[in-house]
Amino acid sequence: MSQSSDNSSNTPVIKCESVYKIFGSNAFKLLENSNGQVDAKTFQEAGCIVGVNNASFGVQKGEMMVVMGLSGSGKSTLLRCISRLTDATAGKIFIDGEDLLSMNSRQLIELRRNKMGMVFQSFALLPHKTVIENIAFPLQVKGTNTRESMAKALEMVELVGLKGRENYFPRELSGGQQQRVGIARSLAVEPDIWFLDEPFSALDPLIRKEMQDEFLRLQAVLNKTIMFVTHDFDEALRLADRIAIMKDGIIEQLDTPDNIVLNPATEYVKKFTEDVPREKVLKIESIMDAYDSNNSSSTKVSKDAIIETLAESILNSKEILTVVDNNNEIVGSLNPAKVIKVIFGK
Amino acid sequence: MLTNFKNSRPQQFSFLFIVFLLLYFLVPEDENSFLWRLPPLLKDIPLLINTLLDNLMFKWLTVPVYDPDWQMYEDKPVFRIITRSIADFLLFLIIFIREIFLGGLQTIGSITGGAFKELKWLYLPAVPWTAVVIGLFILGYRLQGLGLAFIASIGFFYVSIFGQWEPTMETLSLVLVTAPICFILGLSLGILGYLSKKVEKTLQPILNIAQTMPHFSYLVPILVLFGIGDHAGAVATIIFATPPMIRLTILGLKKISPEVVESGLMSGCNRFQLLFRVLIPTARRDILIGVNQVIMQCLAMTTIAAFIGAKGLGFNLKVALNGLKIGKAAEIGICVVIIAVVLDKLSLAWANKQKDYFANLNFYKKNLATIYFILLTAILGVIAYFSAFYFEKGFNYLYLIPFGEGLTIAPILDAGVDWIWETFFYYLNIFNKFLITNVLFVMKDAYLGMPVVSTFVLVMGAGYIIGGLRSCIIVGALILFIALSEYWNRALITAYMATFAVGVSAILGIVTGSLCARNEISAKFILGVCDFFQTFPSFIYLIPVILLFGITDTSVMIAAIAYASVPATRYTVEGLRSVPSSLHDAASMSGVSNFQRWKSIELPLAFPHIMLGINQTLIFALMMIVLGALIGTEDLGQIIMGCLSRPNGAGIGLTLGIFVSFICLAADNLIRTWADERKKLLGIE
Repeated sequence: MSQSSDNSSNTPVIKCESVYKIFGSNAFKLLENSNGQVDAKTFQEAGCIVGVNNASFGVQKGEMMVVMGLSGSGKSTLLRCISRLTDATAGKIFIDGEDLLSMNSRQLIELRRNKMGMVFQSFALLPHKTVIENIAFPLQVKGTNTRESMAKALEMVELVGLKGRENYFPRELSGGQQQRVGIARSLAVEPDIWFLDEPFSALDPLIRKEMQDEFLRLQAVLNKTIMFVTHDFDEALRLADRIAIMKDGIIEQLDTPDNIVLNPATEYVKKFTEDVPREKVLKIESIMDAYDSNNSSSTKVSKDAIIETLAESILNSKEILTVVDNNNEIVGSLNPAKVIKVIFGK
Repeated sequence: MLTNFKNSRPQQFSFLFIVFLLLYFLVPEDENSFLWRLPPLLKDIPLLINTLLDNLMFKWLTVPVYDPDWQMYEDKPVFRIITRSIADFLLFLIIFIREIFLGGLQTIGSITGGAFKELKWLYLPAVPWTAVVIGLFILGYRLQGLGLAFIASIGFFYVSIFGQWEPTMETLSLVLVTAPICFILGLSLGILGYLSKKVEKTLQPILNIAQTMPHFSYLVPILVLFGIGDHAGAVATIIFATPPMIRLTILGLKKISPEVVESGLMSGCNRFQLLFRVLIPTARRDILIGVNQVIMQCLAMTTIAAFIGAKGLGFNLKVALNGLKIGKAAEIGICVVIIAVVLDKLSLAWANKQKDYFANLNFYKKNLATIYFILLTAILGVIAYFSAFYFEKGFNYLYLIPFGEGLTIAPILDAGVDWIWETFFYYLNIFNKFLITNVLFVMKDAYLGMPVVSTFVLVMGAGYIIGGLRSCIIVGALILFIALSEYWNRALITAYMATFAVGVSAILGIVTGSLCARNEISAKFILGVCDFFQTFPSFIYLIPVILLFGITDTSVMIAAIAYASVPATRYTVEGLRSVPSSLHDAASMSGVSNFQRWKSIELPLAFPHIMLGINQTLIFALMMIVLGALIGTEDLGQIIMGCLSRPNGAGIGLTLGIFVSFICLAADNLIRTWADERKKLLGIE
């Protein structure tokens, strides 16, 4: 919350204004007649399928926005509108303030060659190229010479931990390794914006967890602007700065993970949040009280820490703790009773 | 009652059949009645085609061309100049390749120009046959391994020592020239079809007709346009072998997962890069399967192209068959089969071979096979040079075994044929006579006695029941085109032969297929057998049947049945094997017997696929029946064949070819519509 208000003065890296994507031959006409009030059912009767329905939001630099929804919710379609793999039916999309939909194909190619990278659910590696050739491909397409592109690709191979396998073909790698190649390829041109379309959904649960950790590690180093699509609510909670929950093309709620868990906006969102262990999502900040200098001990905890990580030490200390922010300034105090309430209370 | 009728296909078909029978018996035979036969309103179509060709070749769009022999300008039509230049170009390539394998001097001479005839040193010696065999060994080894290496080299070794080297190389030169052209043409058209829906939609009907038209029907127009000879054979081959390449290219490109295309786009590919660096390499296997098809079709067509003057095995086969030299024909047939198998295996191995990493190899290791080949060729060349002194009086057998100078098994084969005739003639003859008088003639009379109105009711009614008004009109229009020509009776004879052949093939195929699909080993075996029989050109099937049944309708029928049973069997096995194993488990747990499993689970699920096989069976049977005119039938094929020797045959040949194609397309429409509907109902695909 505080983050978005901090950056509101800057222009967001990705900005959508009333984006619609409607599939069907007479989509334009129907949309014109509906005056922006799109109802999925009436459109379906007219032979159109609503992919994205009036999406407006912005993604700040370095922010990780996760779009979460079940299959058919329009989350991948939204991502493809923003990467312009499909053209939005109506609305405006700005990338770094530039109007994406008015770009011609040459400008679009330039944009993709320099600013965008994308990771796909089914990896989408080129079967006839080795690991290193796959990773170097976006560079070579751009016209970088072989020596340079190979050097850069080798750097990427090391970054994603595939050193020693650079001359393997995709068919010789496991799913997790293939997706590492996919990630390395998408990062090869050092893009500012990173799109990930269900990158870990095709992987086994254990590998998925490992890849999520790897992904967080990478993001800590790279600090890209990210749009991450997933159907896995836990994954979204784990990774996101903000989550957009989609249903039938509509963004039901767009907020930080803890706010979504604490205050689900609709019944639909509530269904996801019901079973979420709240101590795993909420930060100390969300349960602290105003600072009371009389009662508080000198033990300090960070306001941004997830409750679960500190729960044991907080409960052991049995006293009221002092909450501080990033700059070590005191912002509140924390009563252990509240932690117990979060963990065991309803 | 009425709603029941609306939903019950069997009732609808029974009703249709009753109407058909009523009309059949009620309409009297009367040449002047439109109910009996339609008037030949379209009989001028062949004439129009002839006039068109004539104008294109001799009258329209003339430009003056300088003739160096007469030292004057002469008016020549542009179209003729174009076709003749294509012909010259093809002929140049064919002769060039022949000179590599058989020796000669023409092409070198024409490149260096001038008085080449006096320059003895310009003579290009052939690659010794031993080097070709070694080359095939190395190629086979590189592509797959020792097994393929031995198949390829021993195959060609056999061809050489049996004295068929020259015609084989002539045939091979045609394949080597036409296959790459077909590949480039097919790939480009396929890419265009993939990129643009409009192109694909225009290509589709043309491909359908090209693939269902009997080979003979476009031989004559090609003869008119390109003249007689190897180049005409090459043109016919290109027309015949390109369609499957186009289809497989479109299919392969469409099969690429959309995410791969998107990954290419997000990597910043422009259209050109996307096509050549992402799409085509990803579809590599399908495209190479297309190349395999192209090579096989080229080989099949080059044997038939003998009828318009292409040299090679086909030509010798034709001569042997004309002279009823069965032993010799069989010997050539064996060579064709061997070459077909070798080319098929090599190209399939190429398609299935996955690229290995090679950048860490040095130059020597990378080109090991080539180096070996060059070395061995040089050594064998030297050996061939010196062996010329050893075989002083006769021929240099280590260089090139001339036609007719090799081993031969023709006398043995002939003796075998004689023995079969002497031993079984009586029984074969009884069977033959029985089949002709009691089955074939009866059927033929029944077909010829069919009033045109009842035919239309049956065909269009079936169309209406299966695919509604759309199918009804399409099928009706296709058949109407034939009914309005002079050749309706001939078409009926073709139809009767096709019905008989398809009926028997379908029963044979479904029974064999069902039996063999029982377990994995026999299924694999029978698919291998089908592959083998599909490899060699249709022409070859005629040899053994003439051997057994002589020149009769029975021979044609049996060849057609043998040829057409292959797809019926293959599709049955594939269909039955594709039934999901979970269904098998469910059935087993319900306690079904083997027969129950087949009848109530496998067959209904596999039936749409089997019907597609029957569709193929019909096309195969028609091809063979038309080809059977070589032996002597009296259907459309006979006239098509006759056109080859008629001055104005082009128009009739082409028209009748289109008729045969229309019969196929009408059946195709019905079967495909029905199969698609069934598949949708069953939730397959």
